[in-house]
Amino acid sequence: MDVTFEFDWAAALASIPHLLPGIPYTLLISFGGLAIGFIIGIIFGLLRISPLHWLRLPAGLYIEVFRGTPVLVQVLFIFYGLPQILGGPINALVAGIAAIAVNSGAYISEIVRGGVESIERGQREAGLSLGLSRTQAFRYIIWPQALRRMIPPLGNQAIISIKDTSLFSVIGVGELVRQGQVYIATTFTALEVYLMVALLYLAITWSLSLILRTLERKGLVGQ
Amino acid sequence: MNHSNSASNKPIVHMDKVNKYFGSLHVLQDIDLEITPGEVVVIIGASGSGKSTLIRCVNGLEEFQNGHIEVDGNELLPNGKSSKALQTIRTEVGMVFQQFNLFPHLSVRDNVTLAPIKVRRLDRGRATEIANKLLERVGISDQADKYPSQLSGGQQQRVALARALAMEPRLMLFDEPTSALDPEMIGEVLDAMRELANEGMTMMIVTHEMGFAREVADRVIYIHGGQIVEQGSPREVFDNPQHERTQNFLSRVLKH
Repeated sequence: MDVTFEFDWAAALASIPHLLPGIPYTLLISFGGLAIGFIIGIIFGLLRISPLHWLRLPAGLYIEVFRGTPVLVQVLFIFYGLPQILGGPINALVAGIAAIAVNSGAYISEIVRGGVESIERGQREAGLSLGLSRTQAFRYIIWPQALRRMIPPLGNQAIISIKDTSLFSVIGVGELVRQGQVYIATTFTALEVYLMVALLYLAITWSLSLILRTLERKGLVGQ
Repeated sequence: MNHSNSASNKPIVHMDKVNKYFGSLHVLQDIDLEITPGEVVVIIGASGSGKSTLIRCVNGLEEFQNGHIEVDGNELLPNGKSSKALQTIRTEVGMVFQQFNLFPHLSVRDNVTLAPIKVRRLDRGRATEIANKLLERVGISDQADKYPSQLSGGQQQRVALARALAMEPRLMLFDEPTSALDPEMIGEVLDAMRELANEGMTMMIVTHEMGFAREVADRVIYIHGGQIVEQGSPREVFDNPQHERTQNFLSRVLKH
């Protein structure tokens, strides 16, 4: 069998205008989900290190469940499963944001816990010895330092979550992969289009890396 | 200097039969101790003898299991059950740590103004005024806008001293303040402490600097195995120690 293969650059370029409408959805699901995930992560990350057993336990359970199950299963559960309980359909976009939120929230909880626990005990002691309450010591001394240390792993999580949104084509939300699939269905140029889809993901994640690296170079994060 | 309404001859620290355990380890054993306002007390002893633990009990950084501790009329209860008095005590007792424990995310000046603003509720202008004065006093005024990591160890420890003094404490605790310093920086920190002692500050100092102890202390306490073995004036303890343990310890540390 003699297959001569030629990459069709014209087809690749022609697909781009059809793919671009997916980018706002990809960004909205990623960053919308991550924003909620960050809030979840702060709450559950701090509960996780609470001195109270009955607060630590549910936080640990949440983290284990949502880190230990695939994000694809989570979104299918939310989109197809939850309506059976709620008695009405869930918007695909909302389901996607919710899935990223609960999934990244579990990972971010661990990032928050690690960040806070990485601050030396002496910092808290110095704050307390000055008469600050435990809450004040946390707010003014521990949290600002922990947040700086959390930014690199948070950037990492953001990149992972952006890529995870590609799975949500299965629930029909019009993100990048979905746009590609729809376009390929009429043109049959899978190779060219998926390469463009990949490059568009790379453009998003690489921009994010660059921003994070600049922040680190300027000494705004880390230490 | 002394703004308190308590009579000046009443002890500012009163410890009565204080016991502390780390698990089965009995780290403080029936400690009885009184500190008079204006007194400079140096606590010496081998590492692991309980001397740091002792001063950390005074501001509640360590809990104790039984006994009685009173600091400037505020009673600390065993096992950490005294949050309100504890807060009051900590605003009146300053502490300088071996590892400085400056806040790395804040400028030198903000390190000093944080507690006066958040705890004493001073406005920023007034707090900055106090900070500038204290930083000048410890010789750091030209570094106020830098961050702690840009300073030498000796400078950092002087900032830590200024930070504690900004709360206008009635008592200062020093937990091996020069042990983490390069030898050439020890002198500048001891000078700042000496000056403070001369101004009449009440001080409890854990240190291995025997020359400094001899010169500045009103009283030297030797601790071994969680017990106060011997105490007295520097001359009594250093030149004429009564207990064999004290003699052994001093012969080891004074040799070099």
